[in-house]
Amino acid sequence: MNIVVCIKRVPNVGEVLVAISEDGKNIKDDRLVYDINEADNYALEEALLLKERLRGSVTVITVAREEANEQLRTCLAKGADNAIRLDDNKFAGSDGFAIAKILCAVIKDLKPDLVLTGCMASDDAYAQIGIQLAEMLGFPHATLVTNINLEDMRAQVRRELESGLAEILEIELPAVIAVQTGINEPRYASFRGIKEAMKREIKVLCLADLPLNEHDVGEAGSRIKVDKLFIPPVEKTAQILKGSSDETSSELALILKEKGLI
Amino acid sequence: MKEIFCLVEHRRGELRDITLELLGKARELADKLDAEVSAVLLGYNVDGFAQQLSSHAKKVLVIEDEKLADFNQAAYQKVLSHLMHEHKPVITMIGHTAFGMDLAPSLAVEMDLPLATDCIDLDVENGELFTVRQMYGGKVNARISFPEARQYMVTGRQGVFPAWDEKSKGKIIAIPFPITDEIRSKKFVRYVEAEAGEVDITQANIIVAVGRGIKKNENMPVVEELTERLGGVIACSRPIVDSGWLSKDRQVGQSGKTVKPKLYLAVGISGAFQHVMGMRGSETIIAINKDSNAPIFSVADYGVVDDLFKVIPVLSAKIREMRGK
Repeated sequence: MNIVVCIKRVPNVGEVLVAISEDGKNIKDDRLVYDINEADNYALEEALLLKERLRGSVTVITVAREEANEQLRTCLAKGADNAIRLDDNKFAGSDGFAIAKILCAVIKDLKPDLVLTGCMASDDAYAQIGIQLAEMLGFPHATLVTNINLEDMRAQVRRELESGLAEILEIELPAVIAVQTGINEPRYASFRGIKEAMKREIKVLCLADLPLNEHDVGEAGSRIKVDKLFIPPVEKTAQILKGSSDETSSELALILKEKGLI
Repeated sequence: MKEIFCLVEHRRGELRDITLELLGKARELADKLDAEVSAVLLGYNVDGFAQQLSSHAKKVLVIEDEKLADFNQAAYQKVLSHLMHEHKPVITMIGHTAFGMDLAPSLAVEMDLPLATDCIDLDVENGELFTVRQMYGGKVNARISFPEARQYMVTGRQGVFPAWDEKSKGKIIAIPFPITDEIRSKKFVRYVEAEAGEVDITQANIIVAVGRGIKKNENMPVVEELTERLGGVIACSRPIVDSGWLSKDRQVGQSGKTVKPKLYLAVGISGAFQHVMGMRGSETIIAINKDSNAPIFSVADYGVVDDLFKVIPVLSAKIREMRGK
């Protein structure tokens, strides 16, 4: 089983105050901590589990600058066999569609049996690249997948729907499966794995190495454009309780009492 | 006349809310673009839906076949691409739902059209469509345009567009099923129902919901104690279930449960839209979060911007004291 996993390096904005940069098109990133996108981490784990069961290889791939070597090395440390980084100044400004084209240009030559991606990136939240990549590769796909069963060249997958409901689908391989978080329990890289991954090669490809030209990538190759970012207008806001932890908890307790909840 | 397509979403004999929400937004855009709204209904034995929808759109295009009985992206895509080639709709609107997320991106590639996903607003400026969508877990909004496009595809978020109430009398147009070959690449097998858990959180009066801010499973007793003091039940946002710290039946949100308790106390939950959808109907909402800009504060009634590990133990102690008296 030859598996390709697409990953993305994303900022962790969980408990961080996000500010918009001067050009209005990005967020200020000077104090952010970066990590592998959460759903992609589950996709990598699923690939490693399948490899352990069925043998074969796992190749991780990303479209990113050099900083993403850190995330690729973590994937190698966990057990991925190869890492590829697609990097070119001309890729800047690519939308989801253009990124899918860049990925497709490389992945089609890898002749994978299965491509795994996360179902959504936590930063731009397009939730489209895996599915667009599938269409470009001519592969069937499924997204929001919470279980994968492989038998011969068919996959039976469970897909998460709304309100706790799920559906079971059968798709033919080769396929692209975009996994939902929670599908497995991602492992941590071992100390030895990390040490060894430092010495491994990360293959770097640029535009000239791909069967694409300038018009296919970056803003020119994109279909949508981010005009500007802005902090969501506040329609309603909570009454924020001020003071020390002791003062705010006293006030909360009083509110609960007034409302008859204690 | 220009047409706006709205894909009808239904499951197991029920029309899903997103359908009327999309039709509501489409109607507004139709006026600005001098276009007409067509509801596109794929299914099997869906005459009832067609009748119902004819009062919400100028036209209802109905394609019926056994193969369309349950949602199957591969079958839907074949039918829709056929229809879109024929009608050339100026906008094709699909829900940003489990159903639309599996369909819209690949359909956009096949149709060679631009796609903006998960839109929370759509409007027209100088005759051109633009949309607003959220990034970074709802902390940032982005205005999106479609350079040089003549046709657009969008997926719209559930629960943000008001449904269209005004009734009209649209035409129902039956269109023959255009697929002749067997679809082998993808097959719907069956639905899997949600598993019932030990408590039904939808019945609780008081819910203490815990999110990513709890950081470690070892920290859960802090929240459990507060829950016990309040006589409530514990619930959570998605990351807690993903980590295996609480079971799926405790999850509040789009893919979990919708709750409306008297008190919803959100602890360390940032308030991504998927979560908020499941709890915004609660009577009183209190949020405790470190980030003052966390979206949860725009749905909460009361907020504390602080470290939950500082506030919760003190709050538990105070409630204990009050109960003791």
